[in-house]
Amino acid sequence: MLREIRPAIVLLLVLTAITGLAYPLAMTGIAGAIFPAKAQGSLIEKDGKVIGSALIGQEFRDDKYFHGRPSATLAPDPSDSSKTIPAPYNAANSGGSNLGPTSKALADRLKEDVDRLKAENPDAAVPVDLVTTSASGLDPDISPEAAQFQVPRVAKARKMSEESLKRLVAASTEGRLLGLLGEPRVNVLALNLALDRASAK
Amino acid sequence: MTVIGWLQIILFCLIIVALTKPLGWYMTRVFNGETTFLSPVLRPIEAGIYWISGVDEKREQHWLTYTVAMLLFHVGGFLIIYAVMRLQAVLPFNPAGQTAVAEDLSFNTAISFITNTNWQNYGGESTISYLVQMLGLTHQNFLSAATGIALAVALIRGFSRASVRTVGNFWVDVTRCTLYVLLPICVVYTLFLVWQGMPQTLGDYVEATTLEGAKQTIAVGPVASQVAIKMLGTNGGGFFNANAAHPFENPTALSNFVQMLSIFALGAALTNVFGRMVGNQRQGWAILAVMGVLFIAGVAVTYWAEASGTSTLQALGLTGGNMEGKEVRFGIVASSLFAVITTAASCGAVNAMHDSFTALGGMIPLINIELGEIVVGGVGAGMYGMLLFVILAIFVAGLMVGRTPEYVGKKIEAREVKMAMLAILVLPLMILGWTAVGVVYPAAVASMANAGPHGFTEVLYAYTSGTGNNGSAFAGLTGNTFFYNLTLASAMFVGRFFMIVPAMAIAGSLAEKKSIPPSMGTFPTTGGLFVGLVVGVILIMGGLTFFPALALGPIVEHLAMNASQLF
Repeated sequence: MLREIRPAIVLLLVLTAITGLAYPLAMTGIAGAIFPAKAQGSLIEKDGKVIGSALIGQEFRDDKYFHGRPSATLAPDPSDSSKTIPAPYNAANSGGSNLGPTSKALADRLKEDVDRLKAENPDAAVPVDLVTTSASGLDPDISPEAAQFQVPRVAKARKMSEESLKRLVAASTEGRLLGLLGEPRVNVLALNLALDRASAK
Repeated sequence: MTVIGWLQIILFCLIIVALTKPLGWYMTRVFNGETTFLSPVLRPIEAGIYWISGVDEKREQHWLTYTVAMLLFHVGGFLIIYAVMRLQAVLPFNPAGQTAVAEDLSFNTAISFITNTNWQNYGGESTISYLVQMLGLTHQNFLSAATGIALAVALIRGFSRASVRTVGNFWVDVTRCTLYVLLPICVVYTLFLVWQGMPQTLGDYVEATTLEGAKQTIAVGPVASQVAIKMLGTNGGGFFNANAAHPFENPTALSNFVQMLSIFALGAALTNVFGRMVGNQRQGWAILAVMGVLFIAGVAVTYWAEASGTSTLQALGLTGGNMEGKEVRFGIVASSLFAVITTAASCGAVNAMHDSFTALGGMIPLINIELGEIVVGGVGAGMYGMLLFVILAIFVAGLMVGRTPEYVGKKIEAREVKMAMLAILVLPLMILGWTAVGVVYPAAVASMANAGPHGFTEVLYAYTSGTGNNGSAFAGLTGNTFFYNLTLASAMFVGRFFMIVPAMAIAGSLAEKKSIPPSMGTFPTTGGLFVGLVVGVILIMGGLTFFPALALGPIVEHLAMNASQLF
């Protein structure tokens, strides 16, 4: 048994150096050289300033922007660091609501949001993804239905025609990969950037 | 449920079956010590590693020595993780300025990673530095996976060898697995993931000013290199708190699909390694068939339950299934499929929050782990777990016809059956025992996030996941408390090593036996009858053991939900 001690120490250290340092550092170098923008986090810049990442959702509250899904992310309470407070789209602390199917808190939250959205657009059915929180709290996407649902509100706030907005949503919709994998979706930040460009014209 | 949904599931199964044979062929060569197409590059490195660490690659070990070597290796791994977590504040690669991780959380995480559980009581981006992610977690992702595969190969050698006292050399198996199997795949895989949008950087967290003018701090890091081995090695510990649901940890539908494939790939291939080593690939296919039956049944239930939604959603006229805790780019089907895969294997990565699944949709992941994660299973662990059940099934069949049972040429006798039972009984002892404590001890009860039966399920799931070395969670439960850090660590430790040691004892005992040729009276273990028998034994064992607990949790919650009762 004693002769197993040396491999237990040396082999562990060697393999640790290979897999824990050499491998991730080498991959960082190679990935940074081949895919520099993606390796940094697919950041979007506007006028030289980072306005976010193409992959990370951000909060929109203004009527003139399309809104993303509700987010359940938290942040430490500034007045008491042992507690947390809601901080939607906190990209430094991802997480979901973790409310279960028979949760009263979830049922109450859903009802409140559904009522609010129904008041905003009484003509369409409320899309489920617009009232449910995502798993990461950072979902960058909404369903095409959820985007179409918000067209009347955005059109009114921007004084644009609903037709032109619907076209914009359709143009921003990504389908399934090869018609099979994933779900159709609209990246909210990309849509809002396109919207700003369209309004500026 | 939709046709496109089912097509995605079928495509997944077809690719796994297609990968099984070539990967099995390659891995068999690696573990038999034969040359491969990577040998010209890797052989000098391999020889160098043996030389510097004093390993004689020609010298094989008795099962006991093999096991002791494995345990020593883990003691070292534990110390490294614990040390870097406690010292991260003064070590490099810490741009976010994370402070030292608390003793109990470091202890829990170190146990969690050496046991291939990768339970996340830590918060990823909010708790640990890049150095811990790499040197602590990425490295142990490799080594715990390599250990699992090495142990499975040792057990397979027990079946395939005859009249010898050795089962292989642990150091050689771990080194070859890491160098020839895990690392080359991970290098290619990492680049694929970065191409899909996954960050791989040592830079600071990004400060962004959003379109509406708010500040957003975006956590980044060396994500892709960690995720590649996290999935391939069925580890499952996330770089980020939200794990594979985080857009940086799983950016696209394609990255999601490949991640699902990589969870199953090596585990499925090991069935073929088994077939090749015992000299009949159909033995391997029969085992994969047992896994396939259980897998498809699980997927069907979870997909159906999630697509049906909950009574709360239906009452509000919300259609499209249960999207609470799911991401739009994955939707219902890819979230359901992922949940079943990650718990069938002992991966534990999640791309949707299991805590928010419907009662029945969330019960399937629970059952998958409670059955011992033998549906493909963790790399290696699934294979030796499944072989334990095969031994039991063969024993039952032998009792029915009154003959000494035999499997792939080896007589299965009292010693093997006793050891198999010992390993299998560890699961209910840890899961049900600790759950019973967790639902009455006040400090533990306070950790539940949901009231009613769902709160019970959260606790049951935590110990199930810990004992099964899965690592997924009903994440509402506040696990980062003194009570849960220690009790979950004990569940993970016992669940891993009290299964490994009996399995290795079986390996040693089988290797010493003579090989007997099949006769007229031998029960054929490549046909449908055998597959049905093993499935039956697994379900009866699991059902008898865990049904009462499931009845108190998900089943009663489902009935309450149908009666529109909220908690």
